[in-house]
Amino acid sequence: MKISDILAQKGGQVFTIRPDQTIHEALQVLVSHNIGGLVVLDENGKIVGVLTERDVLRFVAAENPDFSTAVHNVMTKNVIIGAPQDDLHSVAHTMTEKRFRHLPVVEKGKLMGIVTIGDVLKAQRDSYQGQVYTLQTMIIAEE
Amino acid sequence: MSKIGTLAEPLRVAIIGSGPSAFYAADSLLKRANLSVEVDMYDRLPTPFGLVRGGVAPDHQKIKSVTKAYDRTASDPHFRFYGNVEFGTDVKLEDLKQYYHQVLFATGAQTDRPMNIPGEDLKGSHPATEFVAWYNGHPDFRDLEFDLSQERVAVVGIGNVAMDVARILCRTPEELTQTDIADYALEALRNSLVKEVYVLGRRGPAQAAFTNPEIREMGQLQDCDIWVPPEEAELDGLSQHDLATSHDRATQTNVEILQEYAQHQWTGKSRRMIFRFLVSPVELRGNENGQVTCMKLVKNELYRTDVGTLRPKATGQYEELPVGLVFRSIGYRGVPLPDVPFHERWGVIPNQLGRVTDPQTNAPVPGLYTAGWIKRGPSGVIGTNKPDAVETVNSMLEDAAAGVAFAPTRPGVEEAQALVAARQPRSVTYADWQKLDQMEIQRGQEVGRPRLKFTRVEAMLNALGK
Repeated sequence: MKISDILAQKGGQVFTIRPDQTIHEALQVLVSHNIGGLVVLDENGKIVGVLTERDVLRFVAAENPDFSTAVHNVMTKNVIIGAPQDDLHSVAHTMTEKRFRHLPVVEKGKLMGIVTIGDVLKAQRDSYQGQVYTLQTMIIAEE
Repeated sequence: MSKIGTLAEPLRVAIIGSGPSAFYAADSLLKRANLSVEVDMYDRLPTPFGLVRGGVAPDHQKIKSVTKAYDRTASDPHFRFYGNVEFGTDVKLEDLKQYYHQVLFATGAQTDRPMNIPGEDLKGSHPATEFVAWYNGHPDFRDLEFDLSQERVAVVGIGNVAMDVARILCRTPEELTQTDIADYALEALRNSLVKEVYVLGRRGPAQAAFTNPEIREMGQLQDCDIWVPPEEAELDGLSQHDLATSHDRATQTNVEILQEYAQHQWTGKSRRMIFRFLVSPVELRGNENGQVTCMKLVKNELYRTDVGTLRPKATGQYEELPVGLVFRSIGYRGVPLPDVPFHERWGVIPNQLGRVTDPQTNAPVPGLYTAGWIKRGPSGVIGTNKPDAVETVNSMLEDAAAGVAFAPTRPGVEEAQALVAARQPRSVTYADWQKLDQMEIQRGQEVGRPRLKFTRVEAMLNALGK
């Protein structure tokens, strides 16, 4: 299974924010869409970071956090980027090993979607369940 | 509180398509407690079961036994099958809105992805799906012709369909007689002059998606030697590293089987199946008649992407493979349905948890749902469609409870029956299909085969006296 299979199912909608917007604005977007991360795009549409719940938590835990701080001061800058052709298996492995939960997916420089650790878990669960159901159905059919 | 789904107003659902996801969705609806529901399933063919009938390889009869579970679903008194009724032609979405609260699309991924290389349209270059539909007796494809007088064939891709095509090409007529392969396909394959079948993978043995039984089965063909060039059965450094650290037993076994095939000597069997790894077709070349004669291949090497996937990269080293017949099997996509949103890029109906969404606004389109390959793309095995269909049904019932549905003016079962009778007087019921099924089995028994399929719609309808 490939990342493109996950995107085909969940769609390519990605919530983004600019690096010069404030953390306050970012929080509004996160809360209103009930999501855990935003992709940060510069004026050319290039990915410059991701802003996740964990980044925000770290920021809030500091003394006297100033919510007018710009996103680029808080975001994660070293972003691992996926491609639609990446295998689910290796994506699951890398997200688990490197402990990150949001993978922006880019093709030919264009942001195609985002895959979260929840999407990966769901895809793996559905894949295993599918195999179990196939076997079950065949056994039932033979009875 | 919505009354939809109560005895006073049973939930009326039309399902378009009758493959596994359609049946799993119907089953999930019919089994819900405290729900009054009536399900009508439509298919453009007189026969149900989608790819189980028209896609699953004829020499894998055991997998086809899943249809017995679908028979049980169809025996529910609140279920009806309308075969030989085409959505968009015989019945349109606007019609269905008058008769149903909800419409579920489960039409699968019916077409192939192109290779996008020069020469792809030469004579003798075909989508593998067409060959599969042809040998399985699909009425739309039964009149296609494949030039089996060619001695060398290339199958591009090493997924399930590619493996099926390669195996069917290499089976003996005696082996094929034990299957329900279409009679004309059996005859054509009986006269086949194919000697060598090349199965081409872009990546290496450790990235092959086939299962252990599938690759093992290739080594057990009656009259076909199987071989892998030893240097291509060897793993590159990156694959070796991944395999050593992943503890992935299935991949390890695949690699062991392929490396064992690499040691095979030719035993003089009539046919040869040769697996090639780390190669991609870049061009098909033909003769003056426009017939494929040769495939130009580029040798690939693997590199690691940011997230760790091993991807192929062309090396600039080329070779030519003389072949007269090419089947491409590098992916599938759905086809758009009239009046239903479609995502061109992914080849699916855009949706959220099975609710069809407007591609512009991403908002759900009330009353429209989707399941199976047209919902999620062509991934997984038959059973994967069960959780997929259940997810969609959960969305449907949540919406029905909230009153989000069409407001049919003619919600009666008989009213829909009358609509179908008016639009397609030769529609086929499930009882009709069961008669056809028995006739096919009977015809098969007479010639010592599990089934002899009807492969023309007209023949099916005539047999049913329609």
